Amino acid sequence: MSTARDHWRKQPFIPNPVLRYGLYAAIAFYVILTLATLPIDWDRVMQGLSRAGRIFGGAFPPSFQRSELLINGFLESLKIAILATVGGIFLSIPIAFMAARNIAPLPIYYLGRAIVIVARSFHPVIVAIIFVKAVGFGPFAGVLTLIVYSIGFVAKLLAERIEEIDPGPVEAMKAAGAPFLSTLIYAVVPQIMQRQIGLGIYQLDSNLRASAVVGIVGAGGIGATLANAFGRYDYDFALAITMVIVGVILISEAVSGAIRKRIA
Amino acid sequence: MEQVQLQEWARFTPQQRFQRYAIFALTALIVAWALSSVNIIWEWVWDAPTQMGDLFSRMVPPDPANLEQILKALWETVNLATIATALAVVLALPVAYIAAQNTTPNAVTLWIGRFILVSSRSVNTIIWALLFVAIFGPGVVAGIVAIMFRSIGFLGKLLGEAIEEIDPKPVEALQACGASHFKVVLYAIVPQVMPTFFAVSILRWDINLRESTVLGLVGAGGIGVILQGAIDTFNWQEVSTVLLAIIALVVAGEVVSSYLRRKIL
Repeated sequence: MSTARDHWRKQPFIPNPVLRYGLYAAIAFYVILTLATLPIDWDRVMQGLSRAGRIFGGAFPPSFQRSELLINGFLESLKIAILATVGGIFLSIPIAFMAARNIAPLPIYYLGRAIVIVARSFHPVIVAIIFVKAVGFGPFAGVLTLIVYSIGFVAKLLAERIEEIDPGPVEAMKAAGAPFLSTLIYAVVPQIMQRQIGLGIYQLDSNLRASAVVGIVGAGGIGATLANAFGRYDYDFALAITMVIVGVILISEAVSGAIRKRIA
Repeated sequence: MEQVQLQEWARFTPQQRFQRYAIFALTALIVAWALSSVNIIWEWVWDAPTQMGDLFSRMVPPDPANLEQILKALWETVNLATIATALAVVLALPVAYIAAQNTTPNAVTLWIGRFILVSSRSVNTIIWALLFVAIFGPGVVAGIVAIMFRSIGFLGKLLGEAIEEIDPKPVEALQACGASHFKVVLYAIVPQVMPTFFAVSILRWDINLRESTVLGLVGAGGIGVILQGAIDTFNWQEVSTVLLAIIALVVAGEVVSSYLRRKIL
């Protein structure tokens, strides 16, 4: 006597089998099609292994001989990050007020949102390359780039915080006859101050990271030093720079995290 | 007649006030240091608004002559980001598994996992791209590998945290029934981290789409190559077309990813 034993099966992720296999087939088709049509020079890629060996062979041991160049590059990155954070925050505050629906009238709201969207859409490297062409090589282009980058992030999150404020104090002040600016300063700003400080510290950390990258396209700082080392095949110096960048980023992340935890 | 001492209201105690002034002074000092020693040519700064206006006037109106090629490069960028994200997701799974405290086989694998995550995360995509362009030569392969290397750390870290936060009861229940280790993972852990897995993958795809627009500037494929070419030949009207195309791509990516997230979660 045989009994058909019940066998539990895992529920498939998508219940409808046609849709499920259709989706799998579509994904497989997409992957194959893409890999086939992407302009890939396989011969050149195959040479990669031996090249990788040569590059890593040249990179070890990392060379700290030109440490003066390294330190100066880093100090420049730090200065760029500080100036961009200060500038970015000063500009972010009015833009955040413009982009908050509960404060700004509709046309100004759209203008504020548009500024935030444009600032956020472009990767800092693209912004940097434009500024480098407009104002020349060097840290000034880096500062301008990171100001735009900071606006995209700080203004967006600050505007969201402004939209979440308790409307009570604002109404109370309006009822007492306070003018618009006083309402902002005494009813809105105290409610968003804490977030603003947290965002500022986070942005300083974030700008320091980004300043290492924008330098690669000519906007000053340690990135420029790194790109030069790479361009001159000084792989041992490039490895040293990368190691220091990683170390500094880890330290700055820990410091900014600790400060933010104390504030919150 | 008793004198009523009226105390003036103050928001901060004297000590708090002193602290605040000290912090303000310190901040001002740091900014002054940065401002005074940074290597900026101030003539260029005063000239900047004119230069920016000049550049902008040369960008208008955008020139759509090369639109077909730009759209092709845009599609290549999307494919680059998607393939790289897919590969990174596959590679991030084992890394997340050994980097999570409750699933890692032993302490050595835990540290290997953490080391992979930290080194991947702290090197920016562009720096990875510089390295891989030197290895694989200019082209999309360098871009795909660069994005993959950066994404593994991001995906692995968030997935590892999700694994650490699972409810241990299903795991214990399956172990008590005598299920094999593989089955415990498949039936007790995987279902619990599935929502995070999809959310994190979609988020990373969105980020990768943005990042792949700039890979071309260091020679790693995508729309950035055309942007770089247009900038180098001072074809500013084409530059503005490419920039508009990038905005459209990024906004579309955000719309798609937020739609997928709502649909799946």
